[in-house]
This record gives sequence, structure tokens and C-alpha cells, in this order.
Amino acid sequence: MSSGADPVITARGVDLTFPTADGPVHALKGVDLTINRGDFVSFIGPSGCGKTTFLRTIAALETPTGGSLTVNGMPADEARKARAYGYVFQAPGLYPWRTISGNISLPLEIMGFSKADRAERIARVLDLVDLAGFGGKFPWQLSGGMQQRASIARALAFDADILLMDEPFGALDEIVRDRLNEALLELWRKTQKTIGFVTHSIPEAVYLSTRIVVMSPRPGRITKVIESTLPAERPLEIRDTPEFIALSHEVREGLREGHSYD
Amino acid sequence: MTRALPVLTVLAAIILIWYLAAIGMNAQWAEDQAARAGTELTTGQLIADTLSQDRPVLPAPHQVAAGLWDGVFGQAITSKRSLVYHAMVTLSATMAGFAIGSLAGILLAVGIVHDRTMDQSVMPWAVASQTVPILAIAPMVIVVLASIGVTGLLPKAVISAWLSFFPVLVGMVAGLRQPDAMQLDLMRSWNASRSQSFWRLRLPSSMPYLFASLKVAVAAALVGTIVGELPAGATSGLGARLLSGSYYGQTVQIWSALFMAAALAAGLVVLIGLIERITLKRMGLAR
Repeated sequence: MSSGADPVITARGVDLTFPTADGPVHALKGVDLTINRGDFVSFIGPSGCGKTTFLRTIAALETPTGGSLTVNGMPADEARKARAYGYVFQAPGLYPWRTISGNISLPLEIMGFSKADRAERIARVLDLVDLAGFGGKFPWQLSGGMQQRASIARALAFDADILLMDEPFGALDEIVRDRLNEALLELWRKTQKTIGFVTHSIPEAVYLSTRIVVMSPRPGRITKVIESTLPAERPLEIRDTPEFIALSHEVREGLREGHSYD
Repeated sequence: MTRALPVLTVLAAIILIWYLAAIGMNAQWAEDQAARAGTELTTGQLIADTLSQDRPVLPAPHQVAAGLWDGVFGQAITSKRSLVYHAMVTLSATMAGFAIGSLAGILLAVGIVHDRTMDQSVMPWAVASQTVPILAIAPMVIVVLASIGVTGLLPKAVISAWLSFFPVLVGMVAGLRQPDAMQLDLMRSWNASRSQSFWRLRLPSSMPYLFASLKVAVAAALVGTIVGELPAGATSGLGARLLSGSYYGQTVQIWSALFMAAALAAGLVVLIGLIERITLKRMGLAR
């Protein structure tokens, strides 16, 4: 990652203040971060630390009140308009009145892809998330894990280089979560995407990431950035290795430093 | 099948209460008649009389049924005595008013959801329009429209639309606002235009709300049309039938027209329910 670093997302002194009835809330304060092409970056921290807010500012779903933020060399909002990223929320958010294929087709229709192109892309991403053959089903006919995979397929369909994921597996049970984490790593290897991933699970962050960004609340800020020493090839069993446990410990220490429970 | 018994029991109870009420309310007249003729009535004679008067205070169920039967099947459809004829007159104005009202309700809702100014300026007037008693407004609408030469179906349809746009407006505002923040964020992340969000997200999301409000609206449209037929000196329509019945004390005629109107409303609601089922099923929303 260090050789030939190619910055895709660059944040310099990003501030975001929400005005509220009880005075301004500093959701983000002085956030500096560079994410390079092909990085898998996890954001971890207690609730209120601004991890989701930072992901949303990258997506230009929130507008920073200070600092600069560029995505693909453009201001974040222009990057959004250029459809630079696919966004995956905690809930699948599939339309119940569309089939799985219809749901994946939705952003493609909005972006004006031709019918033949849409069909080809839908087939490709369904295959990628291991849902081939389920295109004709309606969302309610699928399990929660399959629905979330469909929503990832939807975010991949239009070939954005960046994938932003906001606790995508947070609502799923542990077993399904493990399987999806494994599948996500596989998908990341295949597609070479740059991934920003919000989680509050330490094992999930350590297992998936090339870099772990530890954040802390009041005001929301980055307290530590941990480079992963794990190899690119990561079977699930890697979680029992001393290296994995040491990294988890480092993340936990980082969380503790940044957050005093007063 | 297991539900048939309780349903029939309730129906039987209603008919029984109706008969008892008819006997009670019509007894006075029967006794007065007997006293005038200087005769005594046995209980059996009294009851028989109360259930077969020409102009009872409350007609018995079988009298209303006979009146309905005669009105629907006993007359040529073109006859002024035919309930089918009057029902068709009322139905045509109802459908016109329902169409105008629903369309107005949907369009206003679209405006309100997309424009803050419209939200704040239209909604209070829409609410105010419904607090005005329709009986007070109806004659004015008819007189004003007649003065500019508009008579016949349209004035009734206007009153009908007046009542029917409101439920559609309220239902569609709720329906079009149904998509949550996440769904709207997704649309934003794809840089979707407002019209794309409307046609692909807001409108399909609002469908269950639309049909629920259309059912209320169609019944309201029928009420509006009947009210519109009362003050106009109209000679046709179920409202006119109600009015002429009350002029001449023809209570059986009034009740027959009332039941006809109820059947019409029920039929319209069932029809919309059918369209709802088919639409939601085709959308994959019905399981």
C-alpha cells in the first residue's frame, strides 16, 4: 500500500458542526486522513464519535463546515454527482415492489444505462455476491443476509471505484456476519475497490482492514490510525493467531485512550 | 363457514330490532285510526297494521325490500320511478366528482411534498374547506354556477369533488412522505433527479395510502353528490328521490333510496378494493 500510494480520498482539517437547540454539536473536528486506492479502511469508535458522519461527508450526504475534502481529486459533492461511490447502509433498503434484479437495476436506470448493459451488469454483480439465480425473487423471499448481499450488489453495479459501507452487517447474527465478512474480503480482492467501512466490532475491523481508524467523541475526531500487519490472505481462522489478538488489543487500547467514561 | 353464524346472528338481531321499532313507532297512528273509526284493535291486528301502513313513521324491513325491488326491477330503467335511473344519474356525477377530486388531491399532495411554501400555504386552506358545512356551501355552488350558465352534472360534481379531494390529499401527503431518510439518501448517492425519485420511489411507496384514501374519497364523493342534488330542485338522482319522498311523506321511498345509495357506495368501495388488490399484487406488495 505504501509503494505507489495513490490517494483517492483526502481529508484536511475537516470540521462539521450541527447547530442544535442546546448549542452547536461538534460532530467532527480537525479530521485529517488520506485513503489510497485499494485500501480497506475501517472506522471504529463508540457511538457519537462521528464515524458514520465522516463516511457521510465523504459521500457528500453531509457538508463539512470547515476544512477540505476531496474524492477522486474533486470536491466531495462533485464526486457524488460523478457517481464516484456506492453506499451500503445498515438496512438493505430494497424496494419491496421490485425483484432483486429490479432493485439492482434501479441505480442503473437512474444513471441511464442501456437495457442490455443493465442485464449484463445485473448478472455479473449477482454472481459476485453469490446470488446468481435469485434475481427474480422479491426481497421478502430472501433472508436478511441475502438481502444485504443484494444491496451490496446494487452498490457495485455501476462500477464506482469506492465502496462506502455503514455498519452493513450490524443487524445480522454472528454466523451470517462471519460468512459475509469472508465474502466481502473475497469481493474486495476481486474488484480492487477502495472500501470505507464503519463498524463497532473490533474483530470485524481487524479481520477486514488494511487500516483501522479509531475515533472518539465530543468532539468527533481521529485518535489513532493502526496499520494492519495481517497478510492479504485471511482465512477466518486467522482470528485465533497471536498477531490478530495483538492487533485487537491495540485497537481496544486506542478506544480506551480516546474515551474516558466521565 | 364458521364465520357465517355470527354474521347471520348480527343481521337477524338488527332486523328484529328494526321490526320492534317499526311496531313501536307506527302504533300511535294505527291506534288513532282505530279510535276514529270507533273500533278496538287486538294486539295481532295492531301489529299487522303497523307493518303494512302506506306512510309509516318507520317502514318495516319487508316494506323497504319491496320498495327496493319495485324500484330496481319493477320499472323500466328510463322511468322516473326507477331507482336504477336515479342511481345512474347520481353515479355519473359521483364518478365525475371523484375523478376531479382525486386528481386535485394527488396533484396538491405532490406540490405539498416538493415545495415548502405550498406545504404551508395550501394545507390550512384544505383543512378550512372541510370545516365549512357542505350543506351550507352546496346551494351557493349551485346558484353561482347556474348564474354563469353551468347546470346539470357539473355543479353536483364540483360539490362531490369538494368532499372527495381531502382524504386523497391527506393520504397522498403521508404516502409520498413514506420513504425514510435512508431511501432518500440512497437516491442522493446516485445523484437521482427529483422526478426520478418521485416516479421510482415516492409514487410506488404511496400506493397503499392512495387506495386507502380513494376508498374514503369515493364514499365522500357519493355523499357530496346526494347533497348537491338536494337544494337544486333536481328532479333526478337519489338526492332528489330522498327529497321528494320527504315532501310527500313517502317514507318507503326515502328508505329505498337510502339503501340504494348505501349499495352504490358499497359497490364502489368494493370495486376500488379489487383494483387495489390487483395493483398491489402486480407490484409484488401483496403476499
